[in-house]
Amino acid sequence: MLLPRVIPCLDVADGRVVKGVQFQGLRDAGHPVELAQSYAEQGADEIVILDVGATPEERDNQVETVRAVREVLPLPVTVGGGVRQVGDAESLLEAGADKVAVNTAAVEDPSLLSRLAARFGSQCTVLAVDAAVDGDRWSIVVRSGRDRLDVDAIDWARRAMDLGVGEILLTSWDRDGTRNGYDLELIAAIRQAVTVPIIASGGAARAEHMVAAIRAGADAVLAASIFHEGQYTVRSLKEDLEKLGLEVRR
Amino acid sequence: MSYPSLAVVRTGAANLASVMAALRRAGGEPVLVASPREVESAAALVLPGVGAFDSVMQRLRGAGLVEPLAERIRLGRPTMAICLGLQILAESSEEAPGVRGLGVLTTDVRRFPASVRVPQLGWNRVEVGPDCRLLEGGFAYFANSYRLQTAPRWASATADHGGPFVAGVEKGTVLGCQFHPELSGSWGQRLVHRWLAAAEGGS
Repeated sequence: MLLPRVIPCLDVADGRVVKGVQFQGLRDAGHPVELAQSYAEQGADEIVILDVGATPEERDNQVETVRAVREVLPLPVTVGGGVRQVGDAESLLEAGADKVAVNTAAVEDPSLLSRLAARFGSQCTVLAVDAAVDGDRWSIVVRSGRDRLDVDAIDWARRAMDLGVGEILLTSWDRDGTRNGYDLELIAAIRQAVTVPIIASGGAARAEHMVAAIRAGADAVLAASIFHEGQYTVRSLKEDLEKLGLEVRR
Repeated sequence: MSYPSLAVVRTGAANLASVMAALRRAGGEPVLVASPREVESAAALVLPGVGAFDSVMQRLRGAGLVEPLAERIRLGRPTMAICLGLQILAESSEEAPGVRGLGVLTTDVRRFPASVRVPQLGWNRVEVGPDCRLLEGGFAYFANSYRLQTAPRWASATADHGGPFVAGVEKGTVLGCQFHPELSGSWGQRLVHRWLAAAEGGS
């Protein structure tokens, strides 16, 4: 039986981990290699590294960060942010990423997903979806929140799976940074639509939120600030998850 | 010409960086190889695998590596095959009907049933059979859509995802892992270490 994964997320800009609410007001949270190693020792199941910088030089920085993290980390690493073409994904995979997450570029050209899956396999190809409540549905948000599109998030997730995506990193735009818990209805709706694993993201503050996300259909729970700010270590979080009846890797 | 003591086969689309880093962390000095002579002569050899069954077999065949690989495994020379690397040891795969594998394991590879999450991405419990010497029980990280269901005449470990499947096989210093030891935390790192130690002792 597969165990639910606990995934600390490192948002990286200029080679440093940053934290902020909805990508605004970034503050320094540490060095990616040191943080990744410390989370690994605490029992993290995977690490996600998202490039939140936007400059062309950032691409090289990102590859260097992945290379440095890979050298020390015996865990799966998923990397996203700014992946626009197959060549970007290839550089990150060669540097040591195990999975590459694509967001805006896939919306603009969905064939990118099938090309990535054909080249590297579905298990390497992750769709990052930022979804925002839009009336009685969720529509997708791209360019780190600058554009809201008239695209239904559930339709998009289903289509991406058909194109070969092997996992969905699902972020609730409304909950991100709020600490009010994951958007459970969003998770359940995407779970109904796809058979691939789902990583829930956006809004986690307590172990209860994570248990609720897993019960709503997520396979993994992602969080950033609760770990960076020391509210939980991965170990203490997993202890709480166990107390709440969730079996986790220890 | 000197021969590599620890070689990693360049199979194409594989997560070589993760494997190389794990071998270095275990004290090895891995080099990438792609020629039949290097595959035959390496004291210890890793066959990594991410990608598709047919493309990897095509590449190995094109490089003349199919027979040297099968031969060193038949001879029991230290070899570690990971994920797709394990699958191509079988005779065939549902992923690529009609394409022959190395055939050193008399079994075939099938897709997980539709009743479970495919791909299997995550940590699963590994339970070892009584004859395992390298493999130990614990949690391993898997990233696969296909798997072996039996491994006749090899010591094997199993995990469960829509029913039991082969998580790992071993015979002497030949080790096959459906999971990724290089991504399986300290448990996986210890396995890499044991295999390297056994390879040094047995080569």
